[in-house]
Amino acid sequence: MLVLQAIIDGILVGGFYALMAGGLTLVFGVMDIVNFAQGILVVLGAYLSYALYSHLAIDPFLSLLITLPGMFVIGVAVYWSLIKPIKQDRVIMSLLVMFAVGTIAEGILDLIFTSNLVQIQTSYVNSSFSLGSLVFPDIYVYAFLMSVVLLGGVYYLLYRTRFGRSLRASMQNPTAARLVGINTDWVSAFTLGIGVALAAAGGMVFGLTNSFDAASSYDLISRLLAIVIFGGFGSLSGALIASVLMLVIQDVVAVVWSPTWGQTTFYIVLILILLLRPQGLLGRKAVRAQ
Amino acid sequence: MTAVDVAPVGAAAPEHIPYEPPRAIRWSGTGLLLVFLAVFPLIFPNPAVTSIAVFTMIFLVAAIGWNIFSGYSGYISIGHAAYYGIGQYTVALVALHTKIAAGWPTFALLPAAGLACAVAAVPIGFLLLRVRKHTFIILTVAVMFILQLLAFNFTSWTNGSGGLELPFPTWSGDFFNEPFYYVGLAAAVVACAVSWWVRRSKYGLGLLSIRDDEDRARGLGIHTTRTKLIAYVLSAFFVGIAGGLYAPFVGSVYPQFGFDPNFDLAVAVLVFVGGIGTLSGPVIGALLLIPLQQYFELQFGSANLFLIAYGVLFILILRLLPAGIAPSVTKLWRHVLVARRRAAAAGKTGSGTAQPATATLHTGGDEVAQ
Amino acid sequence: MSILQVSDVKKAYGGIRALDGCTMAFEEGAINGLIGPNGSGKTTLFNVISGYETADAGRVTLRGKDITNAKPDRVFGLGLGRTFQITRIFPRLTVLENLHVASQRPGFIGQLRSWKSAGERGRAMEVLDFVGLTPLAEEPAGGLSYGQQKLLEFAFIIVAKPSVILLDEPAGGVNPTLLRGLADLIRALNKEGVTFVIVEHDMEFVMGLCDRVLVMHQGCALTAGAPEEVRSNPDVLDAYLGSNSGGAG
Repeated sequence: MLVLQAIIDGILVGGFYALMAGGLTLVFGVMDIVNFAQGILVVLGAYLSYALYSHLAIDPFLSLLITLPGMFVIGVAVYWSLIKPIKQDRVIMSLLVMFAVGTIAEGILDLIFTSNLVQIQTSYVNSSFSLGSLVFPDIYVYAFLMSVVLLGGVYYLLYRTRFGRSLRASMQNPTAARLVGINTDWVSAFTLGIGVALAAAGGMVFGLTNSFDAASSYDLISRLLAIVIFGGFGSLSGALIASVLMLVIQDVVAVVWSPTWGQTTFYIVLILILLLRPQGLLGRKAVRAQ
Repeated sequence: MTAVDVAPVGAAAPEHIPYEPPRAIRWSGTGLLLVFLAVFPLIFPNPAVTSIAVFTMIFLVAAIGWNIFSGYSGYISIGHAAYYGIGQYTVALVALHTKIAAGWPTFALLPAAGLACAVAAVPIGFLLLRVRKHTFIILTVAVMFILQLLAFNFTSWTNGSGGLELPFPTWSGDFFNEPFYYVGLAAAVVACAVSWWVRRSKYGLGLLSIRDDEDRARGLGIHTTRTKLIAYVLSAFFVGIAGGLYAPFVGSVYPQFGFDPNFDLAVAVLVFVGGIGTLSGPVIGALLLIPLQQYFELQFGSANLFLIAYGVLFILILRLLPAGIAPSVTKLWRHVLVARRRAAAAGKTGSGTAQPATATLHTGGDEVAQ
Repeated sequence: MSILQVSDVKKAYGGIRALDGCTMAFEEGAINGLIGPNGSGKTTLFNVISGYETADAGRVTLRGKDITNAKPDRVFGLGLGRTFQITRIFPRLTVLENLHVASQRPGFIGQLRSWKSAGERGRAMEVLDFVGLTPLAEEPAGGLSYGQQKLLEFAFIIVAKPSVILLDEPAGGVNPTLLRGLADLIRALNKEGVTFVIVEHDMEFVMGLCDRVLVMHQGCALTAGAPEEVRSNPDVLDAYLGSNSGGAG
């Protein structure tokens, strides 16, 4: 029964990890950029929701109405000012730039909020309902539902709207996309905005379910990157499957063995996938040219 | 037998303007620097100053080593702190288990630290070098955090977050730093010599060609995996030595300071600032930034300011001067030289039509064949 | 005597069949020309032969040895060199350094030697002299003009002393003087026994240089023969002009 509970937990948590990892993989798929700052952006989202809750008593889920558009704009701004101007060696340079951005953000957040651990403590933080002997914490269920809605929205955007078509076209062949009049710069900027907005959503949940400070970003980004590599760079479905799978495995191992081993499973899975299938579960096979 | 004449008919043999300062200047410059570094602690014996000097040496060794791999091959690693940590823990563990005397004997452990890292780097490098460049960068970070996690959790070996204490040398306070400084300087000289040799060997050329076009290099017969792996192991060796020097100097080893992401940030930024992929880049960057960084840490002692400052510096360098200081200075020097020769030539003919050597580069004639 | 043979090679990209059962034999010691309309699969064939792409089916043999789907370095090691349409040189290294990269010696100990030693320099300078790039030896290759880069590409291949050289559109974007020089280089090397396979669109260049011309169309071989024969072959004309008289085999 403990194992079943662990599986449930893994699925619920995996849901909101899928948000954050999804943002990461989407950005890479469209622009060949690894958003190294995704971890700290999640923490930023968490701090924003935390500040809005503790100072203005806005419920975290409602705060998304502010943080989602806000972080979206931040994403677009970062793309326009820092990534778009990069002319040479885009993949490596943008990775390093985002790494630097994340570093600056971490410094600023640590300066403002200091290293005291905080957590968003709403009234429903500890409540839960039960089905038989299985416990479903309210927060995780809300978060899971929200993830479904948001990811569903992203899928809708990708496959049912014109913007989504432009996005997918840019993913497959940027030059051809430009030739048919798609403004790949705006597509890229919006994509980064979406990726960052998803981080905001994930951050809100993260802030509800964990005590955090600026340094939490390290653990986060390591896990997110492991998930994205496992799922395959550029594949949204891959990120989804990988998130749920890895979280389930982690929780099961934590219960069956020990929490410490649970933590390391992320990396063991990573090593295994590198040995057996370096392109990830659903990633595209690497073409020779680097 | 010259089948094709590239220079335009009738032009005089072009005067070649070198891309690097002449050897005499380079070698004497290096010599002067070495002398300065050697007598530095004698001129400035203030322990606060020599302490900064020791940290500078530690980062110098690490930076030169890091550049041998990341600079020459183009595979940027932001997880070399993995080897910084392994180096630290190796020295600490061996010192504790062999009950080695504090002070000079501890330095004998430096090669062991380097060796442990070199050995660890083989399987790690083998695993990591199978993927594309951007995935590689990410994996270096992952490896570093895995090791940090292991350091925290294998408490029977590493004492987890409690850290390991090293025996403190019993040298007098005034001269405590000097031995560390000179050992560090010696290590830096060795690292520099290795870097210099790599650059002028055929092996090194293979490495550099991988940076420019890995597939073409492979197609021309270069064993790219082997080439990269060797550089990776070499760089791990030197970063390990840096760690092995840091541990006895600071006196303790903790997982978060051994496997320290700030170390990666500092090394990457300083090498980029100095000039990544060049011989002098890491030296310039380390000598310029580390004293500044250490000074500010003493004055303001804040890790956040370090993060913000280095983050901003990194972005500025990446956007404005990605090649770094060393190549930019050399380019500037060459511009001045070319301008001077042009002026001299114009003065000679009086009509200003003579062209110095650089003009022949584009006189091959490139109209598309009809 | 054919030194290089492809048998029934197939290669498809999604729905596009770039190579559709291509069978050809290239004569040893000859300058073979490979022509065909755009899209007939010439560069793909080169890529498959030299190992930069894998064939879906079929065989490639070099001097009787099966090199189907062998990796580029193995093919290169067996004595087959190729140049690229879009020059792929090492821009941040000097011209001389570029050549040294191409002349890697087998064996690890050789790698430890400095490339600045006299012996190494000698061979590289020889090749540079041969292609006429000597004055530019110390210039970064990235600063070279297009024509000079093409010569450097050529030098790459020569320095390894291959027995077969595949040239992918060597005349593209090159002025007539340089072109003539290139043709001289090719003839000079051919006299020493090097086999050439040249993909080209410049008909004068091909017809004036090659001993034998092979024609590709829609992914397979159309015909082959002496330049004059091929020139006056109606099927070849059809293929180029795309007539719909259903003649192509």
